[in-house]
Amino acid sequence: MSDCLDWYKVNKGVQHRLLDQTEWLGRGKMGFGPQKPFSGAEEKGGHGTYVEEEKLIASVAGAVERVNKLVCVKALKTRYNGEVGDIVVGRITERRRSAEDELAMRDYLQEGDLISAEVQSVFSDGAVSLHTRSLKYGKLGQGVLVQVSPSLVKRQKTHFHDLPCGASVILGNNGFIWIYPTPEQKDEEAGGFTTNLEPVPLSDREVISRLRNCIVALVTQKLMLFDTSILYCYEASLPHQIKDILKPEVMEEIVLETRQRLLDLEG
Amino acid sequence: EDLRVDGRGCEDYRCAEVETDVVSNTSGSARVKLGHTDILVGVKAEMGTPKLEKPDEGYLEFFVDCSANATPEFEGRGGEELGTEIANTLYRVFSSENSVDLKSLCINPREHCWVLYVDVLLLECGGNLFDAISIAVKAALFNTRIPKVRVLEDEEGSKEIELSDDPYDCIRLNVDDVPCIVTLSKIGYRHVVDATLQEEACSLASLLISVTSKGALTSMKKVGKGSLDPESIFEMMETGKRVGKSLHIALQKILDEEESLGTSRQKVGFLG
Repeated sequence: MSDCLDWYKVNKGVQHRLLDQTEWLGRGKMGFGPQKPFSGAEEKGGHGTYVEEEKLIASVAGAVERVNKLVCVKALKTRYNGEVGDIVVGRITERRRSAEDELAMRDYLQEGDLISAEVQSVFSDGAVSLHTRSLKYGKLGQGVLVQVSPSLVKRQKTHFHDLPCGASVILGNNGFIWIYPTPEQKDEEAGGFTTNLEPVPLSDREVISRLRNCIVALVTQKLMLFDTSILYCYEASLPHQIKDILKPEVMEEIVLETRQRLLDLEG
Repeated sequence: EDLRVDGRGCEDYRCAEVETDVVSNTSGSARVKLGHTDILVGVKAEMGTPKLEKPDEGYLEFFVDCSANATPEFEGRGGEELGTEIANTLYRVFSSENSVDLKSLCINPREHCWVLYVDVLLLECGGNLFDAISIAVKAALFNTRIPKVRVLEDEEGSKEIELSDDPYDCIRLNVDDVPCIVTLSKIGYRHVVDATLQEEACSLASLLISVTSKGALTSMKKVGKGSLDPESIFEMMETGKRVGKSLHIALQKILDEEESLGTSRQKVGFLG
């Protein structure tokens, strides 16, 4: 929970102070680009910093993290950097031809399929190796994809959420978010190797559209995405029509309410 | 059932922002943001010679530039084909005689006339380019101010053109009959207005129709690899006329509101 609070407060700082170039003191500190040197001779620089003229300077604009004497700056908007255990959602563009293909793997997962997978290992050049070795991963059926910046997806214990409003959501660490109707039976999970192509009922589609617009609203206002923030945003948006959520005034109002509720939750 | 991915109905447009007079060294300009689509139009009025077949009229010239910032496909010369296609469509849309009063652009028959160079710049491609471009062109033409000129004749018969000293002394164009393009994309068995990039990817065929504020069609064009049934073409035309009329009403309202604010209007421009 404290991790969530750090991130949440840091993002609030970003929203209001990004143009200020001042350091925001709180549970998370903001460092901005090369103009912000750190004092303190004993501190070591980690990721996102460099030393110039015996001063430690941030090389990216982002949140400062201090662990004992190690100072790192985590950038706000980056390409996805994979880590072992991350969940990713994506479309198969190319596959390697290997012994697995000889076991007729291609019958199940082909190029062009949208899948969810887990990161198995990371290579030194940053490339990741994925696996779908559990039934909860695999092909994704009907649903809506929303692409956001990877830094806005909060790291949690689980990224597969069944929201009480009637839809389920997969928050990929790579920033790809998949919203789909909650399968009715317990054994039919999202994933596996068969696709369900039956028409989705209108009520489910309305919930999914509303969730999609809420996620877009949260992303535009730079709020972290996790199950609670999405749910609160959904509830705050209920009095408005689905298509109105994307209007700037309505978006601000909804996200303000969400932020307030999240603050009340911590306090 | 009339529900799209972002909650809109099949005939709903995305939230649009229109601002005129954003470029200072043009006769008229407008910027339109329709969702993620961003278009900038500048109109420059210059003196030229009338065309031989229409000696007592001025004319419009269209040029479309697809900026490389719009999408990665426009890198280098990638955007040229799309640019020429859009320019040709604009020529067709404005080919109808009643769209713009070209006779008001004439200064001296057979000798001098105003040529309006309309330059369209695509800043960002977010689906539904033609509609946004036509809205921006109409707004820019509404904003265009052409200086008043007087023709003085000497005793020898040579004509001199005198530009008025007052910078506010200018003629405005009547844009009541300027058409707007409405794109109807066929997805499955239904058609939608104002498709996003994802919806355009799912649509095999689209119909572009240009509608005036009174509901008259000035041109029609079919794009896409797929085929359209004559029945669906008729339905799409009816939808287009309906949507086009309400689009014109909304646009005119915004333009009039902006106009009424006058010089005290706070300009948002590009940094706002």
